[in-house]
Amino acid sequence: MPDFNVRSDSIDVEQIMEQIRARIREKRGVDYTEQQLRELAAVKLEKFLDPRGVRSDLLEQFKQHQPRYEPPSVPSFAFEDTTMFETHRGLLRFFRKLLNPILKLFFNPNAVIHALHAQSEINKANLEREVTRENQRRDMDALYFEVIHNLVFELTRTGIEVKNLEMRVESLVSRLEFNERRARALESVVVYKPSTEERAEPVPSPSPSRPPRSGPSHYPQSAPAGNYPQAAAPEPGVANTPAPALAPATAGGQTEGPGQRSRRRRRRRGRRGGPPASAVMGQPSSSAQSDPSLSLEQALAPASLPSEPRQPAESTPPEAPSNNPDLSSSAGQSGSDPEPQ
Amino acid sequence: MKLAVVVQRYGQAINGGAELHARYIAEHLARHAEVEVLTTCATDYVTWRNELPAGEEKVNGVRVRRFPVKHERDPQLFGRRSTQVFERLHSLGDELDWLDAEGPTSLALIDHLGRNAGNYDYCLFFSYRYYHAYHGVRATSPRAVLVPTAERDAAIGLTIFQPIFRGVRALMYNSHEERAMIQAVSGNHDVPGVVVGIGSEVPRNPQPARFRQKYNIRGPFAVYVGRIDENKGCSELFEFFQGYIRDSSGQLSLVLIGNSRLPVPDHPRIRHLGFLDDTDKFDAMAAADLLVIPSYFESLSMVALEAWALGRPVLANGKCDVLKGQCTRANAGLYYETYAEFLETLRAIEQNRWLSTSLGRNGRQFFSKHYDWPVIERTYLTMFERLSHEPAGKPMDKLPGWLERRRQNQPAADAVVAGLPKGPALSASSLDLARPSRTSGRPEPVEGRDDPELVEGSSGPSPGDIRRGQDRSPSGMSSPRRAEAAGHAGRSRRGGGPSR
Repeated sequence: MPDFNVRSDSIDVEQIMEQIRARIREKRGVDYTEQQLRELAAVKLEKFLDPRGVRSDLLEQFKQHQPRYEPPSVPSFAFEDTTMFETHRGLLRFFRKLLNPILKLFFNPNAVIHALHAQSEINKANLEREVTRENQRRDMDALYFEVIHNLVFELTRTGIEVKNLEMRVESLVSRLEFNERRARALESVVVYKPSTEERAEPVPSPSPSRPPRSGPSHYPQSAPAGNYPQAAAPEPGVANTPAPALAPATAGGQTEGPGQRSRRRRRRRGRRGGPPASAVMGQPSSSAQSDPSLSLEQALAPASLPSEPRQPAESTPPEAPSNNPDLSSSAGQSGSDPEPQ
Repeated sequence: MKLAVVVQRYGQAINGGAELHARYIAEHLARHAEVEVLTTCATDYVTWRNELPAGEEKVNGVRVRRFPVKHERDPQLFGRRSTQVFERLHSLGDELDWLDAEGPTSLALIDHLGRNAGNYDYCLFFSYRYYHAYHGVRATSPRAVLVPTAERDAAIGLTIFQPIFRGVRALMYNSHEERAMIQAVSGNHDVPGVVVGIGSEVPRNPQPARFRQKYNIRGPFAVYVGRIDENKGCSELFEFFQGYIRDSSGQLSLVLIGNSRLPVPDHPRIRHLGFLDDTDKFDAMAAADLLVIPSYFESLSMVALEAWALGRPVLANGKCDVLKGQCTRANAGLYYETYAEFLETLRAIEQNRWLSTSLGRNGRQFFSKHYDWPVIERTYLTMFERLSHEPAGKPMDKLPGWLERRRQNQPAADAVVAGLPKGPALSASSLDLARPSRTSGRPEPVEGRDDPELVEGSSGPSPGDIRRGQDRSPSGMSSPRRAEAAGHAGRSRRGGGPSR
């Protein structure tokens, strides 16, 4: 429903129109009527014409006092073969006609007659052409004037539109900034809420009674029973991969055994020669995805040990678990191991 | 009382604005007086070819006397002379030549008027701009009453018409804007004049459902009635309405009624039904949510009056002074000048049911108060009665001599029109509420305002009218926009008469 109000029973169209225009102004910022546009266009043109040495009424002068075209008053003679011998006196005409053959004995008047006749035709054609050209020129002048006027008008309209658009852009920018500030403020008040399992198990401990996981287990059977949960039924293919550990647990109570540090270093070196990134990233079912019980921090935890070389089950000594279950499992699945142990 | 109605064409099949106006007036005045119509044998306003037999006949019970036209119009000659008098400095002789080229040049009609003027009490001339009106008024000036049907086109700026406006016994205007324009151009303030307009035969019980069923139209729609033409502002209407469809969530469709000279956009929400008879037309208007009038030039919009008679609001082009004035005075329609205004006003009428109903109700009241036939008839009869008691005014100015008529001192008509005041006539001064008439000193009746002569139980102008008039020019119009190019005069239009 439109936002204007008509309060009294007897409506006033002018009042309603004012409200509608106010509403339009609110929506669009500055709004110009066609008349205002024209006035603005006229002002611009006057400004263009007026200052310093240019007559301010040049436009009006051009429109009103354009000199009327008057074709040149050249007498046009029609010269025919009888013109030379014409006279209003009958007797004289008779004698001229009579003596014409004698005249032709002395010179040839036909050439003169022909030349003068052609000249009169040329004069006539020139006059007509000049009139036509003048009319065309005047028509073109009028068109030029109209084009200039329309250009000024359109340019002014465009200028105003640009101004309006600038205002709208400014408005949008301010709104955007406000929204960004609002979003930042909202983000700052969000408090991380730990999952229920994290609340229930603040310190991970071996839990034999934990139900078997639905997805493939990444925990080896022979993993030391320190702080890591064990899978109830490990799959054969991944049975000997080192068990992943939760970051807090690693940082928690485990102490590194002798040689573990050097082995870890070797693993890091091996990672550099690992499979291509696309192969690694393309592997499905990271533990964060497959295990819904992992918390947000766990899912977003940095991959400190992205790959774990796959070792034969028999020859692999029990070693410290990798910190990153995702990439160790994926490395195990890919089976690439560029660096021999 | 014996009246002569003089008009350029006449007949049941002739639907031009001024011609229809003349026929309606003749038929309604025939109930109160002896009316004889004097017209030509022409039916085509472009050529004025003699197509009907000369002599007497009866049309709807009114006696019609037809006279032959001497020569048809030569469009090229008329175009050249129009260019000469509208755009260039010219002479009175050029204007008379233009009038002769425009036609209908019926010397027999003028001769009949000159010989038999005394047989009529008053001669009602329709359309000031034609040959028959100019020379007929000169032949019968003490009895001539002019219905000018003038629009804001270049012809109103010609000098030859100014003595006509000053020399007739009275003028019957179609709108306040027309009166203000003629008074500004001719200075005929002391000539009795009244804004009367014309009534319409609107059916009492139109059937909107019948129309919807017949043309399979569902949902709300706006209707346009009239010739679908560039001159009528239809291009702009199409552009704006397509924008409305694009930019608004409104559900209105646009239904067009009338012959088209313009390609209609191919859109499922724009329907063109072609020319419809009056029954279907009134059914359509009754079924519509509103009537749209996009025209730039109108002398009086009959279709707006018909919509108001049916209780429908109007959305008009605000660039047309007459339409804007009508909407404002009637409080029965909104108007637009830009696309944004079109969008908002259309949405307002569509979505605010209360507003739409109120506008329609106001329109119905306005029509019944000012444009019902009894009101129109009474206005004419009151004017005739008043003229019978008043002496004739100044005699009409004579035509200048041969030499003076050839002096190139007349300004271009376009420039004259561009200098005329513009805008709707809303103020008290423009409505001549306090202006005494030439001899009686009584205030003249006005349309749209309470008039003691015409409206029973009336009370005078509302304070709002005076207030609104304070910021306007003395003529009651807004300040002139002289800078506007004069090329908008629409000279390709025939001009004259209320539009249908």
